[in-house]
Amino acid sequence: MEHVVEPAESPLTPESWGKLGMWIFLAADAMSFGGLLAGYGALRYSSWNWPDPKKELGISLTAFMTFLLIVSSFTMVKALSAMRRGDRKNAQLFLLLTILGGASFLGLQAREWTHLIHEGMTIHGNPWGSSLFGTTFYILTGFHGCHVLGGVIYLSVILIQTTRMKVGYNEVEIVGLYWHFVDLIWILVFTFVYLI
Amino acid sequence: MTEHAQDQEGAQGGGHGHAEPNYFGVIIALTVLTVVELAVVFMPLSRFAIGAMLVILAFTKAIIVAMYFMHLKFEKRTLAIIAGTPIVLCIMLLFALLPDSDPAKVKKPATATPAPASAPHS
Repeated sequence: MEHVVEPAESPLTPESWGKLGMWIFLAADAMSFGGLLAGYGALRYSSWNWPDPKKELGISLTAFMTFLLIVSSFTMVKALSAMRRGDRKNAQLFLLLTILGGASFLGLQAREWTHLIHEGMTIHGNPWGSSLFGTTFYILTGFHGCHVLGGVIYLSVILIQTTRMKVGYNEVEIVGLYWHFVDLIWILVFTFVYLI
Repeated sequence: MTEHAQDQEGAQGGGHGHAEPNYFGVIIALTVLTVVELAVVFMPLSRFAIGAMLVILAFTKAIIVAMYFMHLKFEKRTLAIIAGTPIVLCIMLLFALLPDSDPAKVKKPATATPAPASAPHS
C-alpha cells in the first residue's frame, strides 16, 4: 500500500493552482491591452492631426488617479502581509482601503469622462482634431475602467469571504495579483494616452 | 481549513517563504518616478527625446510593480517568462503594423478646403 496518490502540485506556483491560473489569465489579458495599445500607436503615428493629449485631457487629475492606484496597490500588499501574520482584522481593514481606492478611481474617471463629453469629445469626434483621438481614448480608458470595476467587485467578494473565514492567504494573494496588474496597466495607459 | 495554510508557511519550501520587500520604499519609488514623468513632459526637449524618456520611465514603473508588488522577483524563472511573453508579442505586433501606419502614405486633405456645404452624394 505504498502507492498513495498525492494531489498534483502546480509546477510553477507550488503553493496553489489558482495562482498559476491567475498568472496565465493576466498574461492573456495583457495581450488584450497590448493589442489595443499597439493599435492606438499605429493609428496615432499615421495621423496628421492628432491633438496634444496633455493639453486637451488635462493631466493633473489623472496624475492624482495614478497616485491613487499606486497607493491602493500598497494597501493591497499590506492586506497580504497582515494575512500572512494571521492578522485577519488588519487584512480586512487594508482590503477595505484598497476597495475605497478603486472606487474613488472609478468616481474620478466618471467625472473626467463627463467633463470631456461636455467639451464635445465623443467616441466619434472631438473639436481638436482626428476623431480617432476620442475613439482610442474611450476604448482604452474604458477597457481599463471595466477592469477596475471588476477588481472592486472581486475585492469586495474576497473581503466578505475573509470575514466569513471562507478564504485564506492564497485567495488574498491571487486577488492581489489581479489588482496590481490593473495598476500596472494604468501606469502604461497614463503614459501612452495622457503624457506622450 | 484555509487557516492551516498559514501555519504551514515555509514548510513546503517554495511559496511565500521569501522575505518581504520594503513596500514603503517601493511606493516612494513609484511616486517619485511619476513626478519625474510629469517633469519630463514639460522639459524643453525634442518630442522624440521626451517620448523615449517617458517610455523608459513607464516600463521601469511597470517592472517595479510586477517584481515587488506581484512578487515576480521571488517566483520561478519560467513564470517570469510567461509573464514577459505579452511584451514580446506586442512589440512584434507594433512592427507588423508599422508598414501600414507610415505617415508619409497618409493623404492629408487639401488645405483650406472646407467640406462642400451641399448634401454629399450618398
